[in-house]
Amino acid sequence: MDVAPPLVSRLDRNADAGNVVVNIGPSHPATHGTIQIVAELDGETVKRADVHCGYLHRGFEKEAEHHTYHKVIPYVDRLNYCSALNNGFAYAEAVEKLLGIEITRRCTVLRTLLCEYNRIADHMTCVAASIMEMGAMTAFLYLMTVRDYIFEHLNHLTGARLTYSYVRIGGLARDLPEGWLARLEEILVFAEEYLERIHGLLDRNRIFIDRTRDVAVMTAEHALNWGFTGPTLRSTGLAIDLRKDSPYLAYPELDFEVPVGINGDNYDRYYVRMCEIDESIAMVRQCVGLLSDGPVSVDDPRVTLPAKDLVYTQIEALVHHFKLVSAGIVVPPGEIYVSHEAPNGELGFYLISDGTSHPYKLHVRSPSFVHMGGMHTLLEGYQVADVVPTFGSMNMIGGECDR
Amino acid sequence: MAVMDYMTTKKDELVGWIRKFSLFPYPFVTACCGMEFMAVSSTLYDTDRFGAALPRFTPRQADLLMVVGTISHKEAPILKKVYDQMCEPKWVMAFGACATSGGFYRNYGVLQGIDRVIPVDIYVPGCPPRPETVIDAIMMLQERIAGDHHPILPAEQREREPSHENKVFPIFPAADRVPPSQT
Amino acid sequence: MTATAPLSHEAIEHELGRLIERSWQSFGMTVLELSAEHLVPLVTGLRDKFDFVLFLDVTAVDYPERSPRFDAVYHFYSRRHNQRIRLKVRVPAEQPVVPTLAGHYGSARYMEREVHDMYGIEFAGNEDMRPILLYEGFVGHPLRKDYPIEREQPVVAYRSPG
Repeated sequence: MDVAPPLVSRLDRNADAGNVVVNIGPSHPATHGTIQIVAELDGETVKRADVHCGYLHRGFEKEAEHHTYHKVIPYVDRLNYCSALNNGFAYAEAVEKLLGIEITRRCTVLRTLLCEYNRIADHMTCVAASIMEMGAMTAFLYLMTVRDYIFEHLNHLTGARLTYSYVRIGGLARDLPEGWLARLEEILVFAEEYLERIHGLLDRNRIFIDRTRDVAVMTAEHALNWGFTGPTLRSTGLAIDLRKDSPYLAYPELDFEVPVGINGDNYDRYYVRMCEIDESIAMVRQCVGLLSDGPVSVDDPRVTLPAKDLVYTQIEALVHHFKLVSAGIVVPPGEIYVSHEAPNGELGFYLISDGTSHPYKLHVRSPSFVHMGGMHTLLEGYQVADVVPTFGSMNMIGGECDR
Repeated sequence: MAVMDYMTTKKDELVGWIRKFSLFPYPFVTACCGMEFMAVSSTLYDTDRFGAALPRFTPRQADLLMVVGTISHKEAPILKKVYDQMCEPKWVMAFGACATSGGFYRNYGVLQGIDRVIPVDIYVPGCPPRPETVIDAIMMLQERIAGDHHPILPAEQREREPSHENKVFPIFPAADRVPPSQT
Repeated sequence: MTATAPLSHEAIEHELGRLIERSWQSFGMTVLELSAEHLVPLVTGLRDKFDFVLFLDVTAVDYPERSPRFDAVYHFYSRRHNQRIRLKVRVPAEQPVVPTLAGHYGSARYMEREVHDMYGIEFAGNEDMRPILLYEGFVGHPLRKDYPIEREQPVVAYRSPG
């Protein structure tokens, strides 16, 4: 049966006569499933490229307007699903600022620890996927093993391997279980050992260098013009990192460096991510040292559920619990833009509240979407075989790009 | 003849055994479930033990279409095209809650279950499903393939099994399941 | 990065006040309200004078009971002052047109296409207004408050049951 294509590429109509127009994606192993690149090729060189996204548009903003603030949390998790905790903490901070809530000390340190821990998992996924697409299966399998241990560990904490829904407005869902920190140290040691192997396999590998050095080179001005942030921007040499420039959570107390690249090519993007994993491991250890005892959720009756024994014995606590769960928390009117340094770049939440229990508007400033807007400039002029490594080095996550 | 029936049954068992242990999946990966698909293909869970490790990224060479992740209305024509390009015999796995029924996305953008456009053999629940669930699903599918009738001989061409499209798959009637042409 | 004194909205008013209608602080961020015809001069002024070189985001908000109906909201980041700023432009429903920033910031192209898809706001001068998150043939603008969330517009005909 003949089904019309969902969109039209202008390259079909106004390509040069001698050139071939090739469709890459959206069902393609290397485009992470949801990007379509229509490329006009002159032999092997990409003359023009047209990047189409939107194949995973799941209506996040519309769903957020129809759900209470807590019910939005699972949707927020599925934005950048490789590092779901980062999204949740940024969203929770936006709501907490509108409410005027200050989270507890233990919660601050734990959120920072989990942000960095998830950043390790996200960068490993990015490097693993882009490496596998270049053909290096061994490195992929090593990184997947480490990542799986991280997933199981977070499963022990939150109950889920990938999309945790662990954050709550005003705190976290639950505190650390017994033995979690000991296992954390074991996993970090294991991760360091495997990262040594990855460095050994890739850093001075002739084939890897030939495929990524001087491919998709980007200058700092070009990157800023096209809106790149995160490791992609830092690979050009600019040390713009929200964790240093506008520190949030417990970052002012942590001692870390911001790795920057030299050329802005694919190799630099890979190497910046590997250095960031090392920095994140050090930050996780520092956070473990900063952890102090105390409650993990703030004791504010507007957001926190009352203690279970009170709910079962006192009618006021029962009604309070019922209202918080069914009607949802009520946020005073206001608007705010909160941005965090997600593994992909600047992840911003623009939240407008009208005083009811549903957000009036919740917009996500997603780094992947903006990167897709600028990616065609990195593909044009290079070979068609460079499309895959370049795309892999962008770390486009479909849930974040199309929301 | 009874002997022919016996031979056909034995042939079906043999072909079923061959087909079930050499599944070539086409991972139609879109969203978060893709991370669990990568995990289930890796060393800790390993679909290679079941013969289903080697993905074929062209539908012409694949026989198991694993729809991994949410399918939006924009992606649905692509899914239909990939499904149509696959040759018989083929099976479809709806991997995850979004492929099964749209998940918790009930809005203008999301197709509420891929069985609205293609027939599905096995549904894997979870958001995302644990790798053990996926392996359980592959094993269930393998049992079904093993017990299936495989009309490959010339003598069986006359009573050919209906194609995957026309097999009867139970679809629970829903109030809003009206084809667009009739709205 | 050298620490510069934070930029206050009074400093911006002093330089570019003739282009702004109102300015205030909101949760530590300067917010400027302006009308559509001053958008491009103000943005170029902010970029040249205060180094707002990173265009973060453009989105829109729908207030159906208010006239003008939409607010186009822009966010920028200044490298020198390490600060973000929000711009709000009121857009009427009868003529939802705003000048484009695609000539000044490359990242504006995709973000303006998304706002057009979701709200129907036209960006004069951006010649690429194809649907980006939606698809050809989609009728309506889903993020407007009067678009029902469950109205699907399927592209592929559904299979008939049983």
